[in-house]
Amino acid sequence: MSKPQDVNTAELRARYPEVFDRPASSRLATPAMLVAALAIFVFGLVDLDFSPSRFISGLSQLGWISMMMMPPDPGSSLPLYLKALGETLSIALLGTTLAAVLALPVSLFAARNIVPEIVRFPVRRFLDSIRGVDTLIWALVWINVVGLGPFAGVLAIAVSDFGAFGKLFSEAIEGADQKQVEGIRASGGSALHEIRFGLMPQVLPVIAGQVLYFIESNTRSATIIGIVGAGGIGLQLAEQIRVLEWQKVSFLILMILVAVAAIDFISGKLRFAIIGRRAVA
Amino acid sequence: MTIAVSLLPEQQLAVLNAAYRKAVARKRLRLLAGFAVFVAALIVASIGAEVNLRTFFAYFGNFISYFDRILTLDNGQRVWTDFGEWFWGLHKWLELLGETLLISYVGTLIGAVLAFALNFFAAENTSPAPRLRFTVRRLLEFARTVPGIVFALIFVMAFGLGPVAGVLAIAIHSTGALGKLFSEIVENADMKPVEGIRSTGASWLSCMRFAILPQVSAGYASYALLRFEINVREASVMGFVGAGGIGQELIVAIRKFYYSDVSAILVTIIVTVFLIDITTGWVRGRLFGKEARN
Repeated sequence: MSKPQDVNTAELRARYPEVFDRPASSRLATPAMLVAALAIFVFGLVDLDFSPSRFISGLSQLGWISMMMMPPDPGSSLPLYLKALGETLSIALLGTTLAAVLALPVSLFAARNIVPEIVRFPVRRFLDSIRGVDTLIWALVWINVVGLGPFAGVLAIAVSDFGAFGKLFSEAIEGADQKQVEGIRASGGSALHEIRFGLMPQVLPVIAGQVLYFIESNTRSATIIGIVGAGGIGLQLAEQIRVLEWQKVSFLILMILVAVAAIDFISGKLRFAIIGRRAVA
Repeated sequence: MTIAVSLLPEQQLAVLNAAYRKAVARKRLRLLAGFAVFVAALIVASIGAEVNLRTFFAYFGNFISYFDRILTLDNGQRVWTDFGEWFWGLHKWLELLGETLLISYVGTLIGAVLAFALNFFAAENTSPAPRLRFTVRRLLEFARTVPGIVFALIFVMAFGLGPVAGVLAIAIHSTGALGKLFSEIVENADMKPVEGIRSTGASWLSCMRFAILPQVSAGYASYALLRFEINVREASVMGFVGAGGIGQELIVAIRKFYYSDVSAILVTIIVTVFLIDITTGWVRGRLFGKEARN
């Protein structure tokens, strides 16, 4: 193999100074960032009590728990768990529907092409702050209001999704084609006519897709709000973990996985049917 | 200019009209049937979820007055009249909030590293063996589908109460979510550099390191930062099950009806989440240009 010869390094250096003499700030930026990230990480491990002995004993505990989980077995409570799963699915469906119905009119007031900025800004911030509060926190608040049980879960999901839907719907409305609205206006339609016949036909399929997607993701959220007492399968799960019935725990987790996969499949099919394969991908 | 509009003869028109009506009627029928199924599902669901409109309306006033109460201090004044009194525990809360941020940081970093280690095996184009790909994918799916807080509940039993359980729960959930996103980036990478490097006789590891990694690292960092944002929210409720952070304080305040504390803690959480969102958005913009910001 021939070595590259006659390379005049000095000449190259003179011709491409920016390659050879990168300023220290740009050469050191990446290592400095890595070191900083690692330093925070180590500080975090120390500050959060990650001692090796604790970690190892925890891992062995975890191994023991996993052994105890096998095989998954509902015992005699299968009917109870099926009912709880039904409750969870009901919470997801009702909560999402309620949120979508409430959010649709409000989202009009958060869309730039419908209302002036002075209306849009406060509505947007209002929706943002609703979204800033986690579903679990809303569940706790609703439990204070309507008592323990799945109904509190429905309301919690409805409120927290209301914030998310308001934002997504208004973005869909802002993305709609204005020509059709202008067409309605040109033929003498009122503002309501513009929304009904100009906007809605464009926006509804998008919205339907988003709602279906949320039903899917809310099946997951609905499983966890039970942990704070808002009904559904999460309640059973938290209880069985507390009383260390590990076989039942693994069975419940399995049920959740299967239910989520089934909902994924169904809503995927429905979404394709409503808005076509291409818009989803 | 006049345009002659040709009118179809009556007979021809009647046939076309009938066909049109039939098509519309079929569409309407399908829509109606779908709607009916949906309403039936809603009714079944509302029985299943024990929806009780009477309770709802009877207690809806409570919901409104709840916000009235959490915005009132013990002495009956509105909270914003006396910030010192409202945020009396600010020092303690900020400490717990710092712990929350550390939990999400450490958890995200562990998750990102694990996802990084696994994603090349999960991607269609780089996985060395189909069986390995299948296993890794199912593993990531499992980690992603089980909610983080369920992992936290189990880890609290194994590792004891405290932030360690929260960190590990967030790490596992992030591994699942990031592993999927990372492997999707790899699947979109250009394979020509891999061929180039393989043709020099390099090992699989060298191919990943010198052909794939330079293409995908920016996308990795962007997704990891986004995940950090999500994890901050997630970590703020980990305390509900005893896995450390501000959630512990919040659930105590809600359960024991320390009304003004509830609003104060919520405000600190919302402000923090907001600041983190802005900061990571800015960092992503700086690192990867404007298009990566969303």
